[in-house]
This record gives sequence, structure tokens and C-alpha cells, in this order.
Amino acid sequence: MSDVVLKVDKLSRYFRVGGFRSAGTLHAADEVSFEVAPSEIVALVGESGSGKSTIARVLAGLYPPTSGQITFEGRVQGKRASRQVRGQMPMVFQDPFGSINPVLRVGHSLQRSLKLHRPELDKAGRQVEAVSLVERVGLLPGAEVLHRFPHELSGGQRQRLGFAQALASRPSLILADEPVSMLDVSIRIGLLNVMRALRDEEHVSLLYITHDLSSARYVADRMIVLYAGRIVEEGTTDEVIADPSHPYTRLLMATAPDPRLPLAHDTDVVDLGEPPKVINPGPGCRFAPRCPLAMEQCRSSTPTMVQLSLTKRVACFAVEQR
Amino acid sequence: MSTPILEVRNLKVQYATPAGPAQAVSDVSFDLAPGEFLAVVGESGCGKSTMLFSIAQLLNYPAETVSGSVKFDGIDLTSLSAEDLRQHRWRDISVVMQSAMNALNPTLSIAAQLADVCRAHTDWRDDKIDRRSAEVLEMVSIDVAHLKSFPFQLSGGMRQRAMIAMALLLEPKLIIMDEPTSALDVVAQRSLMRQVENLRQSLGFAVLFVTHDMSVVSHFSDRLAVMYAGEIVELGATREVFDHSRHPYSNGLMDAFPSIVGDKKELTGIAGNPPSLVNPPGGCLFAPRCHFATDECREYRPELISVEGHAVRCHLVNSRVRS
Repeated sequence: MSDVVLKVDKLSRYFRVGGFRSAGTLHAADEVSFEVAPSEIVALVGESGSGKSTIARVLAGLYPPTSGQITFEGRVQGKRASRQVRGQMPMVFQDPFGSINPVLRVGHSLQRSLKLHRPELDKAGRQVEAVSLVERVGLLPGAEVLHRFPHELSGGQRQRLGFAQALASRPSLILADEPVSMLDVSIRIGLLNVMRALRDEEHVSLLYITHDLSSARYVADRMIVLYAGRIVEEGTTDEVIADPSHPYTRLLMATAPDPRLPLAHDTDVVDLGEPPKVINPGPGCRFAPRCPLAMEQCRSSTPTMVQLSLTKRVACFAVEQR
Repeated sequence: MSTPILEVRNLKVQYATPAGPAQAVSDVSFDLAPGEFLAVVGESGCGKSTMLFSIAQLLNYPAETVSGSVKFDGIDLTSLSAEDLRQHRWRDISVVMQSAMNALNPTLSIAAQLADVCRAHTDWRDDKIDRRSAEVLEMVSIDVAHLKSFPFQLSGGMRQRAMIAMALLLEPKLIIMDEPTSALDVVAQRSLMRQVENLRQSLGFAVLFVTHDMSVVSHFSDRLAVMYAGEIVELGATREVFDHSRHPYSNGLMDAFPSIVGDKKELTGIAGNPPSLVNPPGGCLFAPRCHFATDECREYRPELISVEGHAVRCHLVNSRVRS
């Protein structure tokens, strides 16, 4: 896989928290490395507080990274993403009600993206392009949709519009930050199908950020599981789902609500715990306090990623021992 | 089945809108047995939360319960005055709202908020209140030290569990829950559902649980009601509805979420949007989106017909049953 759209190398992002005397450093993302290939959907899976949104925001240039290197289409990125890069790596946000300007017609917002990112188009060209954009994400009839105001669209339609907006700059990668988590279950599948179509027909790569394993399985080619700012497991989606190695991935699998799955009685524990806030962390695996397999070593040193197969890697001492 | 704790009959709720009254809930009837867990699922706008609020007598203008009765333990709640209702709230029926962050008072400690409920509805003395507060927090596995905590110091899952602790204070017979898990991560969701299930088994209260994500309740509820456009379209034992759903809408819902087991298959969801509730279509409300709709479906509204405890509102299913 020499062909890589995005390469993230030891990316960290820390935040200063607390007041003057109790100041600490929150490690939202710690030495995260991964790659995204062309026309590939990579799912970044984790609970809230795992750092998945922070990574997306750093990639989108909303925050500068604390350390680490981002290489996008072969070029190393500076501290702040340029407009061109932002156009090439646009973001679709979680909240379809907060991410669209409510006083402008749908067409207006789209035209602006086109004006900024597609200077070669003239007015008529932009109009044609705008219609084609909304139709490509399944908003029909395009010409009519462009005349509507955001409040005339449902949540699912707005998220589709978010993807149309992202497509306007002909990106090679779209950052999708929980694009379906605020939608009804019955509407989610339509959006997931849009994401697949973008990959298969427009050859766009997507970084799909989610806490929902089953939707990640449905759309993603590869899966990266994050816990408390670190990658704990990575592999092709089928591999990770069929045989989760890291105890945290197994916990996620066991708790995924799926009516087709028999109820796992070994998860009878009522309090399954929560991911920690990683402030001034010491060494050790961050999952150790919740981990059924935790050993002495897990508390004293930090596990690194070990290659389990050609495509699968995991960071866990217990797995390493086996 | 023993005498139901809750009997809802022909409940009808309208919202006053500039375009005329919108039928948010039409003709909903069901029974809930003591200690039973009934889940209600449906898309947003299907009237499931409105129905809950109507049952708990919490509706405000522009919503109005137009007709129907809600009998709790033999008493018709719709006919009670505000003061009489107050006697039942928290003691007999408590409600857990969707967003615990907004339902808890951010400026008061958990202990103060628990005590508030006790003072309003009992004549307990302070030491009893303290004891009971500690007890209910323990029931939901929150450390008693958190009595002094403020809501912002608790995580989302803990806040939601604190709400459930509050609902348990006066040992109600019925707890009404409006999407308590929707703001939580999967792991916290599962913990919460476990907790509710364990408490229900040990304390014996009935649960009426509304959610848009039927996979959340699939392993926990006794019965499942599917709502569409203000009507119950299917009602039956949870496993029965999941494994042998009959209404085309329920079938569509089942096919709308991907699974983490089994073969990967193409999913399509349900095309189209729910109907306008101000001018609903004449026949079956689902007919415009239904692949199997016939002229009969477009003409006549189907009834909810129950066969062996599995009720379905669909001409096709019911004609198959008749023949």
C-alpha cells in the first residue's frame, strides 16, 4: 500500500486544563499513527473521551497538533491547515441542526463552497455543479432542494447536504464526525449507503468517526479502535469484528446492542466503568483499571502496537503473551 | 394476566397548529401488568414521547389529550385535579427524562435534589431522607460519596443513573422512561439497561420505556410496541416481534440497522417520510410508503387486531389471518 492519501505519524494533541494552581495536561490524543488509502473508509471507533473527535479536528486544521506529523497527499502539513488542504479534507459534523446556516437557502451555502474551492467554474457552471452535488447524495429533485431553507429539510436530509457541501471541493478525503449518531435509526442506513456510494463512485476516502461498531462494520474497510487517546487495535473490519483481540474491543463487542445477538450473560456486571480522563498520565496501559486480564506489567509500562497478522495490530501485553 | 397496573384506552392527543389540529397520538390502547417491561419504539415524530407525557399527565398547550382514558391502579388519571395527581407523582409513578443533564438542577447537589423529592411527597425526617438517599444511590451503583457532588461532577452515565435513583426514592409501581439511553455511549447504555433490569426484578416495578433504537431494548423488554404516525402498528412479546415481525413497517425497521454478526447484506431502510399528521391519508397511514399497499389499504384504516397476543394493524396480515 504505497499509495496513501493520509498518513498520520505519532500525532498528539494535549489540552491544558484546570486553574492556575491545579493546572494539568489532558492527553486527548497520544502518539496516534495510521494511514488512509484512496477510496477507503476507515472507521475510528471509541467512546466519548477516547479522542476520536480531537483527531478529526486536528486533521481538519481546527486545532494545531501538539506534536507529530500529518502527511496529506505526499505533502507534510504545517501547524495550520491551508484553505486548500481544508478543501481537500472537509469535515461533516455530528449535529445537522447546528452545522448549517439557517437563514440562507441551501443553494447559497453550496455556491459559496464552490466559489471558494472551484474558481474555474463560472456562474452557470456553479449552478449545474450544485444541482449535481445534491443529487449525488440522494437529494432529489436537485434544483428544487437548492431553493429550500435548512428548516425545510429533515435531519437525514441535512446530513446528506453536509456531505454535498463536503463534496463541493472535490476532496480526496472526507472527515465524518459521527454523521449519523443524532439521526433516527431508520434514517441512518440511508446515510451509510451515501458514504459507501461516495467511496465506490466518487473514489473519495472517508474517515468515519463513530462509537457504533455495527455501523462501522457496515461501511468501513478498516477499523481503528481508540481508548483514552491511544490506538489499542487496528485491522480490517472483518478481522477485528470476527476476532477482537484487545480486551477493550471485546468489551465494545459485548455491549453492542444487537437484537440478532444472544444476550451475553458474562457481561452481567452492572457497572462496566468509564474511560478515564487522561490528565498528566503516568506509564501503563490506560485500559488496565477496567481490564479483566490486567497484569503487573500493564500498570508499569505502556504496551506498544504489535503486528498480529498482515493487517492487524494490537497494543496489549496479555495478547502478546499468548 | 393479573389486573393491569396501567390501562390505556383509545388515547388521542392533538397539537394545535396554525394549519389545524395535528393528530400526534390516535387511538392508542394497551395494558401494562404489574412488574412488566413494555418498550415503545418508533421514529422521531411518531408520537411516542407525546404518548408518554399524556399518560403521565404532563402535556401542556399546544398539546391536548382529546379523548381516551388512562387508568392507573383503577384510578382514571385524566379526571384527577392537579392536587390529586400530585399525590400519585413520584409515589406511584415516576418519570425519567431523556436528558439527565437538563433534568437535574445544575446548582444543587445530588443529595439536595433527592431530599427535595422526599420533602415534597412525604413527611420523612432528615435522618430518614439521608438514609433513603444513600440507599437508592447504592442501588444504582453510585458511590455514596457522590451525594455531595453536583451534576457536572458526574459522567453522563452516572447522571442518568442518578435520575433513576431519584425515580426509585418512593418505591413507585411504575417508572416511565423517555429515551434514557440516547445520549450515552454503548458501554454506558448497556450498564444502564442492566441496572434497570436488575432493579425491576428485585423491586418489582413496571417499566414503560420509549426509544427510537429498538436494539437497545431487544434483550430487556417483555413486550414491544411499534408506533407509526401516532398509532400502534404492532404489539407483541419482544422476541416474537423481533423474530417474526408482521407489519411491513416493523419489517422495514428491522432491516434498517446493520448487525455485527451474520452475513453482511445490503440494507435499504424505509423510503419516504412519515405522513402529515394534520391531513393524514385516508386509509392506512403507512400505505404511501408500503410496498404491498393495495386499494383497500389506501381506502380504509386498518384496525389493530390481536391473534394470540400478537397484535398487528395491517389489512394484509389480518386478511391472511382471516382466511
